Amino acid sequence: MTATVSVTGVDKSYRNVRALRDVSFALVPGRLSALVGHNGAGKTTLIKLMLGLIRSDRGEIRVMGQDPAAGEFSARQLLGYLPENVAFNAALTGRETLAFYARLKRIRPASAWALLDRVGLSDAADRRVGTYSKGMRQRLGLAQALLGQPRVLLLDEPTTGLDPALRQTFYEILSELRDGGATVLISSHALNELEDRAEHVLIMNRGRLVVQGTLAELRSLSQLPIRVSLDLAAGTDNAIAAPIGDKTISAAGRRTVLVADEKGKMDLLRAVANDPRVKDIEIAVPTLDDLYAHFLKTQERAA
Amino acid sequence: MRTVAIIAFKEIQEGLRNRWVLATTLLLAALALSLTFLGSAPTGNVGAGALDVVVVSLSSLTIFLLPLIALLISHDAVVGEMERGTMILLLSYPVGRGQVILGKFCGHVLILAFATILGYGAAAAALAITGASVLAASWYAFASMLGTSIMLGAVFVAIGYLISSLVRDRGTAAGLSVGIWLLMVLVFDMALLGILVIDQGQSISATVLEWLLFLNPTDLYRLANLTGFNVSQFSGMAGLSGSATTGITALLLGLLVWIVAPLGLATTFFARREL
Repeated sequence: MTATVSVTGVDKSYRNVRALRDVSFALVPGRLSALVGHNGAGKTTLIKLMLGLIRSDRGEIRVMGQDPAAGEFSARQLLGYLPENVAFNAALTGRETLAFYARLKRIRPASAWALLDRVGLSDAADRRVGTYSKGMRQRLGLAQALLGQPRVLLLDEPTTGLDPALRQTFYEILSELRDGGATVLISSHALNELEDRAEHVLIMNRGRLVVQGTLAELRSLSQLPIRVSLDLAAGTDNAIAAPIGDKTISAAGRRTVLVADEKGKMDLLRAVANDPRVKDIEIAVPTLDDLYAHFLKTQERAA
Repeated sequence: MRTVAIIAFKEIQEGLRNRWVLATTLLLAALALSLTFLGSAPTGNVGAGALDVVVVSLSSLTIFLLPLIALLISHDAVVGEMERGTMILLLSYPVGRGQVILGKFCGHVLILAFATILGYGAAAAALAITGASVLAASWYAFASMLGTSIMLGAVFVAIGYLISSLVRDRGTAAGLSVGIWLLMVLVFDMALLGILVIDQGQSISATVLEWLLFLNPTDLYRLANLTGFNVSQFSGMAGLSGSATTGITALLLGLLVWIVAPLGLATTFFARREL
């Protein structure tokens, strides 16, 4: 698989702030990548670089084979972008706005009306954008980003202001596009939303790419323990200690065991599953939230 | 080219929706009509040159008004879209920055042209209806006044973009625009006059003066319209027109440079800009 977006050794400073330091990664088709980090970690700067809105001080960026900073823009026909705070001209209606962007991408405006329907704006399509609520503007923003079956989608905080139902639809549309071979990059704070959707995670902190990989890769890299919680029948607290080992945390009627890896987890499960005194077992693998906090802490300590 | 047309079309659509087009047209028409009827009073009914008087009074009006309107529309074309956040989205589409500037320019100039032709045309139409006899040469002067007025508007639209692509916020752009307007429309001529009086014709010859006038597009416009054969007798510029050797071609060329140069600079600065 060849990368549709590649970033190699990129540095970027604004006056006295180093926004990006030596960032390198590649995005491949058919994969949903999540770009996570604090405010000011450099996420938006990265996306702006990919769009050619700003130029890097060092390093190389390629988007669908073109260098965006050199003013090459024909590849953007196949690119969809949703800015962090999407804004439109208030005087035009939603439909006129979408028609304008469709024309710029050389798409017949009439073929874009289905998108208005899809994002739930068909009722408000002929009202002026100035009368829209924040959520409605965000919907229009999504609709324009999805114009013309983009091959690369760059979404900066796409789900802020969306209601849960539309959020669901939004991720459905994304997975359709992804399955069709689109490269999707989402920058977000909503880590729990991305948990089971992102195939590839990039964690940024203070302009550095701290770590990247699939969730499984990040888990094994972090060596964070898996938590297995056992609900025990009354009065059996100490009797069951034998197969568990000593890395345990106890509370009334509940014992939580931290195991290092999958093998340890399975050994434990085999030992306790047949025990009638164990009433319930809960397993919690490190979430994206845990991983994010972990990698941030390790990097801060190293710095 | 199509991208430029798409952006120009959207600019016009917005202008119509914001009532910019309507307001400008009505303003120009109202002023033109009142000048036509009040202005024709001194010439009375003998006035074979009724339209010539209109040309004189309208071009004096244009020098003040059109640059102001043009700057008003254009000064936030770049910086305003940046502040509102719409520029980022536009530039994520397959459009070049030069195309953005050119598209906006076409749209804004078309709006100005529409308002000028309709507004001033109303005055000419009113004259024709009231049955004033008008010479063919006067119609020619009127038509060339319309044409050069649109060019003058285009000059200041281009200057507005240049300001807009240089500054950080809209307030600064508005302030600078007012400054430029004052400079070009009032200060420049007064300063020139002052210098001429002090100089007493010792070092500034007529040729130098003509070149100095090329530094200000409103003076080029004035020369092109008020020194015409029929018109100059009413405009009080017959003296100047007698000594002026600059042909109309040179004046038009001068105006054209005043359009192309700021537009080119605006494109260059905008292309370098990070947002």
